[in-house]
Amino acid sequence: MRVLMFGWEFPPLISGGLGTACYGMTKHLAESGEDVIFVLPKAEGHVPRAGYQLLSANEVSEKYGNGPDYQLPSNVTILAVSSPLMPYLQEQDSIPILDRLERTYGKDGRSESIISMSGHYSHNLFEEVQRFAEVGWRLGARRDFDVIHAHDWMTFPAAVAAKQRSGRPFVAHVHATEYDRTGDNPNLHILEVERYGLHQADKIVAVSHRTKALLRERYHIPENKIEVVHNAISQEKLVDPASIRRGFQEKLVIFVGRVTLQKGPEYFLRSAAKVLKKRSNYRFVMCGAGDMLPRMIEEAAQLRIQNRFHFTGFLRGETLDRLYSMADLFVMSSVSEPFGLTPFEAMRYKVPVIVSKQTGAAELLPHAVQVDFWDLDQTAEMMINFCENRRLKSDLLQAQEHTLHAMSWRRVAEQLKLIYQKVVHV
Amino acid sequence: MTSICFYFQVHQPFRLRKDYDFFKIGHDFHYEDLPNNRAIMSKVADKCYRPMNQLLLDLIQRWEGRFRVAFSISGVCLEQFELYAPDVIDSFRRLVDTGCVELLSETYYHSLSSVFSPTEFTEQIHLHRQKLSDLFDYEPQVFRNTELIYSDDIAKRIEELGFRGILAEGVDRILDWRSPNYLYQPAPCRKLGLLLKNYRLSDDVAFRFSNRDWTAWPLTAPTFAHWLHQVAGNGEVINLFMDYETFGEHQWAETGIFHFMDALPGQVLAHPDFNFATPREVLGTRQPIGKLTYPHYVSWADIDRDLSAWLGNSLQDSSIERIYAIERAVKAIGDPALLHTWRKLQTSDHFYYMCTKWFADGDVHKYFNPYSSPYDAHVIYNNVLADFEQRLFQRFPSFVGESQYLS
Repeated sequence: MRVLMFGWEFPPLISGGLGTACYGMTKHLAESGEDVIFVLPKAEGHVPRAGYQLLSANEVSEKYGNGPDYQLPSNVTILAVSSPLMPYLQEQDSIPILDRLERTYGKDGRSESIISMSGHYSHNLFEEVQRFAEVGWRLGARRDFDVIHAHDWMTFPAAVAAKQRSGRPFVAHVHATEYDRTGDNPNLHILEVERYGLHQADKIVAVSHRTKALLRERYHIPENKIEVVHNAISQEKLVDPASIRRGFQEKLVIFVGRVTLQKGPEYFLRSAAKVLKKRSNYRFVMCGAGDMLPRMIEEAAQLRIQNRFHFTGFLRGETLDRLYSMADLFVMSSVSEPFGLTPFEAMRYKVPVIVSKQTGAAELLPHAVQVDFWDLDQTAEMMINFCENRRLKSDLLQAQEHTLHAMSWRRVAEQLKLIYQKVVHV
Repeated sequence: MTSICFYFQVHQPFRLRKDYDFFKIGHDFHYEDLPNNRAIMSKVADKCYRPMNQLLLDLIQRWEGRFRVAFSISGVCLEQFELYAPDVIDSFRRLVDTGCVELLSETYYHSLSSVFSPTEFTEQIHLHRQKLSDLFDYEPQVFRNTELIYSDDIAKRIEELGFRGILAEGVDRILDWRSPNYLYQPAPCRKLGLLLKNYRLSDDVAFRFSNRDWTAWPLTAPTFAHWLHQVAGNGEVINLFMDYETFGEHQWAETGIFHFMDALPGQVLAHPDFNFATPREVLGTRQPIGKLTYPHYVSWADIDRDLSAWLGNSLQDSSIERIYAIERAVKAIGDPALLHTWRKLQTSDHFYYMCTKWFADGDVHKYFNPYSSPYDAHVIYNNVLADFEQRLFQRFPSFVGESQYLS
């Protein structure tokens, strides 16, 4: 089977979990024999180019560095698309998204400033989405694929266009909805694009039961149209934990995620302040960038916990793994998280995790590690318990080991293939 | 007779490494951005310190002692001259040797210790005095505090330390109807003289000189001397206080600033009732015209002319509290290297970089900020402090209770 897949980001140029998930799926679909054409927006320097460009997976990794971390089988084609409409845009509008990401992060994922935005929508995002849809329309004419698979709303118009041109079925994969991203203040334009794509889709893949329920309640999607496929994780470690020396004695509790409303960074910070009222031998790290980061830095200073509460800005790759490997506890305090890959990334390094009940990840974890994001006292108490109660910790690590073992992209790929078969043979 | 009193501030901080991130805590005790500090010093030395020192020396010789100026050079800046531009020390020495150049006293570390720790304040003044004695064989008699931070209390302490005078900003809200062009006396003092910066005329040179939107642009020496001469009969001293880096660095050579200064003494001295005098000479020849009370802190920074460039937001306050919270521990341990490092972390620039006033628009704070934002400056500073505290308390665990942050 040939899959025409539309994504918005792909390693190594990623801002969050979406690119990582796309990579895991693509790689394992290809390894199990499916051909994948992965289409994503990209651009070549500052010169707008018409049409689209074919890059082999190797070329992509060569161009953007970090190659060895992201190997792909040869039956994956990366279509890096620059927009055919660009000549009509203003010069400043034509700075394409990947180029922007690259400039924001530099090679090792670190940016000049820790408050650089990551994963943020540009002012001309809708134009980019529209241009990407034109690409979908052009690709649709090729008809050299059996199924269309698209990830999140930015790519839905492209998938719908490809479907309309080719008549091939379209699977919409929902990693996050507008309600997750914004709380209860969705951008109506985005919501409209999202809803339209979901209704045009032949099948919808939700990353958790939580997301499935949300799709039914908020988007009125019939239950039988939605399949739940939990994300997986690459078990590979980028650093050897034995080689990492920690420079301090204190327990280390970490938060990893965009510092934005959806992720509930303020709940993590305020719980940390509560722990520090009772204990001096703790340090906390908030890793990530986002619109709320300046506020968080100010709040830590106001609470006078800046001596024990550190900010790293956005990290990825080896540096992020280094942080995981140093941690005693990982906390995900999301207000609304469709799935949440980061706890599982932490688990690779045998780090116990606490997750808010408002995450899809909670569906795969023991009840004992779940907490309401708003319950600061409970979170603080759990932070201390999981750091200090050895029995509790070792029991949890054992359970986590089982969970992690069962999560493989190979399994995800198998589930996706079954879904493809259902839509192809309707 | 009206005296023109020039005082130039010479200062460069030891800036911290921009890459001092969380992962370096406990592993890396090299806090300072050596390449950047060296580069900035050599750039400013080329553009300002070397050519301007030469010009001042020429002027002093040309006017056979009738042209005179004062400098205040921070201890951390002197250290960087010694490290990266030792010839600049020699050129300052030549200037001091003319007898027409006065050196002022300040806190060695260009710190805010006057606000946070009276003991530390006194110690840093002594360290600076020692440095001037070692390098220039010079004994200062007039004090100027970091960024002209001043209050009645500071004046009182300075008098107790035996100084003859102190410098401050001629702030409107305190001068009210009075003129800055006289010698005053701080309200609580009986001997100390108070010299007030004439900020309008000072800023004409320091800030507005190259501003093409300014009606007086391009400012020439005859025009400026004319403005000074207008004070005749209506003032005894015009205090022109400014950063030394004005010459060649803030105002580039291309703006004509060096030509301006080259011509100015002649223009000023063309008027028979005008001369140049240093603060010490003003104090020796004038009587205070009245007492002035400054109950609150004032400074020469920004339009606010208060402490809000360094203090007031949580990023700044939490950081500066943290550095002074370990004062007793650092001093009890008494390790000179630790003490020096701790004191360098008190330099006011670190807190200036964390200022969020006007962060949104590109202003002077941004120009002088080596970090991308006040938030970066705060995070880096506190990472460094985390490492420093750790080093301190690992070696001397009995002092852990000393810090409010660690108890």
